[in-house]
Amino acid sequence: MALLDVKHLTVDFNTDQGVVHAVRDISFSVGESEAVGIVGESGSGKSVTMYSVMGLLAANGGIREGSVVFGGKEITEKAYPSRKAYQAEMSKIRGNEMSMIFQDPMTFLNPVVRIGKQITEVIKNHNKVSDAQAKEQAVALMGQVGIPSPHERFGQYPHEFSGGMRQRIIIAMALANSPRLIIADEPTTALDVTIQAQVLDLIKDMKEKMNSSVIMITHDLGVVASLCDRIIIMYGGKIVEAGDAREIFYQPRHPYTMGLLKCVHNPEKKDKLTPIPGSPPDLLKPPAGCPFVDRCSQAMRICKLRMPEAETYSETHTCSCWLEEAGKRKGENHG
Amino acid sequence: MAEALLTVDHVKTYFDVTKGLFSKKQIVKAVDDVSFSIGEGETYGLVGESGCGKSTLGRTLVQIYPVTGGKIYYKGRDIDTLKKTDRKEFTREVQMIFQDPYASLNPRMTVGEIIKEPMEIHKILDTSQQREERAAELLKLVGLKPDHIRRYPHEFSGGQRQRISIARTLALNPRFIICDEPISALDVSIQAQIINLLKEIQSDLKISYLFVAHDLSMVNYISDRIGVMYLGHLVEEGTADQVYSSPLHPYTRALLSAVPIPDPDVAKARRKIHLEGELPTPLNPPAGCPFKGRCPSATEECGKVRPEMKDYGGHKVACFHAGPSH
Repeated sequence: MALLDVKHLTVDFNTDQGVVHAVRDISFSVGESEAVGIVGESGSGKSVTMYSVMGLLAANGGIREGSVVFGGKEITEKAYPSRKAYQAEMSKIRGNEMSMIFQDPMTFLNPVVRIGKQITEVIKNHNKVSDAQAKEQAVALMGQVGIPSPHERFGQYPHEFSGGMRQRIIIAMALANSPRLIIADEPTTALDVTIQAQVLDLIKDMKEKMNSSVIMITHDLGVVASLCDRIIIMYGGKIVEAGDAREIFYQPRHPYTMGLLKCVHNPEKKDKLTPIPGSPPDLLKPPAGCPFVDRCSQAMRICKLRMPEAETYSETHTCSCWLEEAGKRKGENHG
Repeated sequence: MAEALLTVDHVKTYFDVTKGLFSKKQIVKAVDDVSFSIGEGETYGLVGESGCGKSTLGRTLVQIYPVTGGKIYYKGRDIDTLKKTDRKEFTREVQMIFQDPYASLNPRMTVGEIIKEPMEIHKILDTSQQREERAAELLKLVGLKPDHIRRYPHEFSGGQRQRISIARTLALNPRFIICDEPISALDVSIQAQIINLLKEIQSDLKISYLFVAHDLSMVNYISDRIGVMYLGHLVEEGTADQVYSSPLHPYTRALLSAVPIPDPDVAKARRKIHLEGELPTPLNPPAGCPFKGRCPSATEECGKVRPEMKDYGGHKVACFHAGPSH
C-alpha cells in the first residue's frame, strides 16, 4: 500500500484580486522508501501541494476538495471534528512521521536560539527523553549529517554556520525522529553547486539509511535525475505528466516536459537551447482547457476548451495531452 | 582573439572590515591579483562559488567599488585617469545587468521612464518624443510590446522584468555589458529565453559580455572563454571547450563534476569528485594556493607559495600539479 495517497486535491487561496486556484484536482501516490520528484516552475502549485499535505497552508488558503491519506489515515481537516483536533493530530505527525526540509535555512532557523536547542526541541517534542539523552541524540545527528566537531558547535547560533552547514542542520532536524516521509522543498536552490552536490548526496544516504520515502520539490531537472525513482511534472496547478525517471527523460510525451528538457543545457550533448515562449498562466483565471495551451507550439482548438484526461502508457507513465488522442484517431482513420 | 576591449591587469579589490578604532586591521581580499582581457564581441564567463569575488570584480569594473591595486584598461586607456568626456563615454558604453529584476527596477517609475532615464542623463536623442519612440523600439527588440511603456514593473513577471532591464541597458548603445547572474533568479523555462535574447543581441549589435554566474552549464553555453575564480584568485582560464572538456585545475574538475546533469543514466554513471568543506573566508586567507585546504592532490609545496598562472597554448592554469604533463 502506498505511504501517501493524494486524491483529487484542489487548493484555493483567497486574495484581494480574487480566488487563486493554485492546485486543481491532482492525484498521486508515494510508495514506501520511494523517492519522487515534483518538478514545475514557480506558480505551478508544487509547493502548495506539499504544504497542504503537511497542513501548513497560509490562513487564506484551504483544501477545497480531495483527500490526503498518509499511512492509511486521512489527514485533511474535514476528517476531524474540529480544527483544534486536526491541528493536534498534525503536530503529532509533523516532525515525527513526516518532516520537511525548507529552501531557505536562515528563515527556518530561529536566529536567537542555539542550534543544539533547536534540534533537541524536535526530539523532545515527540519522545519522552531526558535532556541529556536528547543532547546525545542531537550531537550524534549533527555528526551524521557531516557537521565537524558537533560537540563544540552544539552551543552555537545559526549565524555562526555557513549556508551549507545550516542546510545540514535543517536536514538533521528533519531526520531527528526517523520520519517515514521526508519532503524537501527546493533544498538546494540557495546553495552553490559544490555544496548542492554534498547536500543531495547526504539526502540520498540518509534516505537509504532510514528507509524513508522522499518527495523532492524542485524546478531543476538535473537535481531529480540522479535522486528520484519517479517524477511528476506539474504545470498551472495540474499534473501534466508522471512517470519513472527514464520514461520522463527519455520518452517524454507532454510538450511541456519536452520543452523543459530542451531548455536546460546538457553539456554532454551540446544542443542549442530552445526556450519555451511566453509565461505561465494566471491562476486567478485558470484556462478551461490545458494550462499549457498558450505556450504550446502544437496547440489545437480543443486544447483551449477542455482539459485532456490522463492517458496511461505503462504502469508508471501517464500524460494528459490532446495530441496523443489526436494521434490515435488519425491512426484509426488511416488504419 | 580580437583586439582587447577591456583589460584587467593585476586588479585587487580589498575591503577594510576592521571593527573599532584600536583593533587589529582586518582586510577582506575579495579580488586578489586578477588579470584577463575581453575582446570585441566576445563573451567571457566568470564562474565560481559565492564568496569567490566574481561579483565584486564585475562591480569593480564599472567603478561601483574602487580598485585597491592594479589597473583596468578600457579601449587601451586606464579608466581611473579618464578625462571628463572620456569618462562620460566609458560610463555610457559599459553597462550592467543585475541579478534580481525585482530589486533593480524602480517600482514607482513606468517602464518608459525607466528606459528613458539613462538616455536623458547621457543626452541621447534630442526630444522626449524621440526618446519615447526609441524606448518603444527597444521594448520590441527585447520581446515585449511597445504599449507596455506605460505600465509599472509590478505588472510584469521575473523574466519580463529582466527583459526591461536589458532594454534599459541597450538604450545607451553600450559596447560592453556586465551580466551579474542575470538568470539565476528566473525559472528554467525563462532562463533559456533570456540567454537566447542575450545571444541574439550580441550577434546583432556586436556587444561584449562579462557573464558572471555560478551555473557552469549555462556559462559554457553562452561563453567564448571562461575564467574560474576561487577565493579572489583566477585559477583557470581557457576557451569554453578547453575548460569544460579538459579542465586542468582540480577545483574546476570538482566544480564540473558537481553540476547536476539532466540525464539519469549519465548522472548515475559518472564519477563525482567530492569537495570536502566549503570556501574558506577571504579574511586573512591562507598562504600558498588558495585551494589547498580542499584539494585532493595538495602537497607540501602548495602550502608555501601561491602557484603562478601558467599558459598551455591559451589554456591557463594556476596549479603546481596541473598541466598537460600531469
